[in-house]
Amino acid sequence: MQSSKQLKPPVTETYDSLLAPGQSLESVTTKISDIVLFPILKTPTGWLLGFIGAGLLLMLYLYSLATLFTVGIGIWGINIPVAWGFDIINFVWWIGIGHAGTLISAILLLFRQDWRTSINRAAEAMTIFAVACAGIYPLIHTGRPWLDYWFLPYPSTTGMWPQFRSPLEWDVFAISTYATVSVLFWFVGLVPDLATLRDRSTSRIAKALYGLFSLGWRGAAKHWQRYEVASLLLAGLSTPLVLSVHSIISFDFSVAQLPGWHVTVFPPYFVAGAVYCGFAMVIVLMIPIRRVFGLQGLITMKHFDVMSKVMLASGMIVTYGYFGEIFYSWYSSSIYEYYLIVNRFTGPYAWSYWALILFNVLIPQVLWSKKLRQNLPVLFFVSMAINVGMWFERWVIIVLSLHRDFLPSSWASYTPTFYDWSTYIGSFGLFFVLFLLFIRFIPMIAIFEVRDLVHKTTPHTAEHEESGHAGA
Amino acid sequence: MAQVFNRRTNTIVRLGIFVGIPVILALLTATWWYYTRSDWVRDVGVANAKVQPAGNIPGAGGYSHQLHVGGLKLDCRYCHTGVEISSYANIPPVETCMGCHAQILPNSPKLAFIRNSYAKDEPVQWNKVHDLPKFVYFNHSIHVAKGVGCSTCHGNIASMAVVYKTEALYMSWCLNCHRAPEKFLRPQSEIFNTAWTPPADQIVQGLKLKKDLNIRTSSQLTNCSICHR
Ligand code: HEC
Ligand code: HEC
Ligand code: HEC
Ligand code: HEC
Ligand code: HEC
Repeated sequence: MQSSKQLKPPVTETYDSLLAPGQSLESVTTKISDIVLFPILKTPTGWLLGFIGAGLLLMLYLYSLATLFTVGIGIWGINIPVAWGFDIINFVWWIGIGHAGTLISAILLLFRQDWRTSINRAAEAMTIFAVACAGIYPLIHTGRPWLDYWFLPYPSTTGMWPQFRSPLEWDVFAISTYATVSVLFWFVGLVPDLATLRDRSTSRIAKALYGLFSLGWRGAAKHWQRYEVASLLLAGLSTPLVLSVHSIISFDFSVAQLPGWHVTVFPPYFVAGAVYCGFAMVIVLMIPIRRVFGLQGLITMKHFDVMSKVMLASGMIVTYGYFGEIFYSWYSSSIYEYYLIVNRFTGPYAWSYWALILFNVLIPQVLWSKKLRQNLPVLFFVSMAINVGMWFERWVIIVLSLHRDFLPSSWASYTPTFYDWSTYIGSFGLFFVLFLLFIRFIPMIAIFEVRDLVHKTTPHTAEHEESGHAGA
Repeated sequence: MAQVFNRRTNTIVRLGIFVGIPVILALLTATWWYYTRSDWVRDVGVANAKVQPAGNIPGAGGYSHQLHVGGLKLDCRYCHTGVEISSYANIPPVETCMGCHAQILPNSPKLAFIRNSYAKDEPVQWNKVHDLPKFVYFNHSIHVAKGVGCSTCHGNIASMAVVYKTEALYMSWCLNCHRAPEKFLRPQSEIFNTAWTPPADQIVQGLKLKKDLNIRTSSQLTNCSICHR
């Protein structure tokens, strides 16, 4: 049980329970809040290195955006007929990632699933940052972000409203609602923990900041009661969003008549894909974090097991979608639909279609084995594969449908340029900078919810029943 | 450690949230509104001296519609020769002025710029008062042919010593008429009458004109590619 480095706690993996044995109310609070209240100068090196890397990527991102705004979208590889390229692919990819967080925090809250407790805060943060990364693409893809207010229905000097019949306009509302509700939900859930940090921190600045944002929380019964109502309401509001946001994004495609887009299966297929990719991202983030911060006792192998099952299930829905598409192309008896599939199988971009099948359909099959589900390196690899696979899915949908128009005379191909890549890779910089700041300054696990779980799972609960602890 | 915030903080934060933020938002909106859509930013009604001839010809004076149109009753088409046949109304060349001013006030210092321009064969560069963005297509001839008079868009030119805008030329203004031209149409004989006022039964007359002139429906006339080609 002795480890060489003093920061690294003894690692004993827990496979059958959501908490490692021996957790107490006090140990949970200390463990989580110490990560945050650690003196700035003693920040773990792992975090610092990550932050430097993310910061460099962020610079790349800002550089790409600055070039975009000064030169214009000509720096990208898009043209007619492939007028949608990386901008939309990455937008759909990022927003899909966000879905896992909302699913975990809202739907699982309503279903009273205990396993959400240790991962929901981080997953929600991931949602918000992924939505931020996603939301930037539609804002910049016009090349003139200073005119973005044209998206909004305001009494404009043009005397025209935005085109309300266009799904692109629905996106504006879907995403802004999603972002607002997610931020609110996340913040409301943070208030009790911010108050804990306020009370535990010793620096005056930290006390003032945590104090300001904990909105005067004193943990009174009245406060808890209001908290319960607020979070239940927000969970109720977020639940339909999990389904609606990606459905609406799928309308961007399915409302158009392009072969490969005009399919009714798109909404459920997109939502499942979003959940698939989102859970993969949660796993990719959690595996290193719990290691660096020694959270093995709070995020156990059981969590990974459950998340892999969700991934497997949503992956099967997505796979069904892929087979569905092949079936429709045959069943539609439309030469354009039929050609699309032939083109996917054998055309110039066939490699990307087969990559998609490999990453999204074949590799994840290993998750059927419980042993492999609980093997972290394997799980990490599979989750990465799914993230890449889901990116390829959007690539296949967007580029492959667009580059073969109805008229062979307008066929063309699409090659991403340096700026396409740098705007994509750079957006990871934004994501990770935000995420690393989050884990450094905000408790990444909901302290009071885990305490509640400890309380519920330890045997002495019965004696204290009348104390009526109102934590979630 | 003692509490960082005292009791008053609650009130301050509430004031900030419920008064401060809305007030700031309202101010920002008002400023934005004023700068993007008011008549003021578009110099409506401002007889700006800088619109009168640019200083490329020394001793440039002014040209007055009040004098030539209001006083001398010249027809617009005498100078703006393009209005009925072209998209561009045309600004007269100095030759048009010299047609009279070779005889009338041949020595007036206020007309020196015309004589210089004429002698040097160098056009006077008038500043443009009504200036649509280049991505908008506008056409005078169709409007003049379909019962839209100059004064509907340019105001009472005959009373202006210096031309100024009477409309801010926002797109909503074009559409306001394209959606319901009957509110503005006038008989063909009144097109160049700068003092025309709509009769009491304008809508009835307008609808009749609209029918007679075969004016298209509002959905056709608000098609984006009519003006953005
Ligand atoms: C004697 C010639 C003459 C006649 C007649 C005349 N104009 Fe002009 N107009 C000019 C000149 C010269 C200018 C350019 C100088 C200026 O902007 O004032 C001008 C400018 C204008 C402008 C402003 C163009 C811009 O820059 O946007 C309008 C509008 C206009 N005229 C309307 C009329 C109308 C309507 C009539 C008939 C009622 C008319 N004019 C008759 C000579 C004439
Ligand atoms: C139909 C003949 C006619 C034409 C064409 C004409 N003018 Fe005149 N203009 C006059 C008359 C008449 C007067 C007034 C003379 C007076 O006040 O005694 C006048 C006066 C003026 C004056 C005032 C001069 C002063 O000393 O007070 C200016 C400036 C002027 N015109 C400019 C122009 C310009 C510029 C054009 C060409 C765009 C033009 N005019 C075309 C007939 C004309
Ligand atoms: C439907 C509105 C409308 C009517 C009617 C109209 N104009 Fe204009 N006029 C404009 C606009 C808009 C411009 C600015 C065009 C531009 O910047 O391209 C303009 C510009 C002009 C100009 C400057 C030269 C040019 O073409 O840009 C003159 C001169 C002019 N108008 C004269 C007239 C005269 C004379 C009449 C009547 C016969 C008339 N206009 C009727 C809207 C109108
Ligand atoms: C006061 C009424 C009115 C205003 C203001 C007006 N229009 Fe028009 N416009 C008409 C009418 C009437 C027609 C003729 C429609 C027809 O023939 O069916 C027309 C026709 C046109 C056409 C020709 C359409 C075609 O198919 O060729 C263009 C271009 C046009 N307008 C542009 C503009 C622009 C730009 C503005 C604003 C700067 C404007 N109009 C302001 C009444 C107006
Ligand atoms: C009747 C003519 C007309 C029609 C039809 C028209 N526009 Fe315009 N549009 C204009 C004019 C004039 C302007 C310039 C307005 C200005 O200078 O503020 C303009 C400007 C714009 C702008 C820039 C606005 C800004 O604030 O800079 C946009 C965007 C636009 N139009 C979109 C459209 C769309 C979309 C449609 C079709 C639904 C359309 N327009 C139909 C005349 C028209």
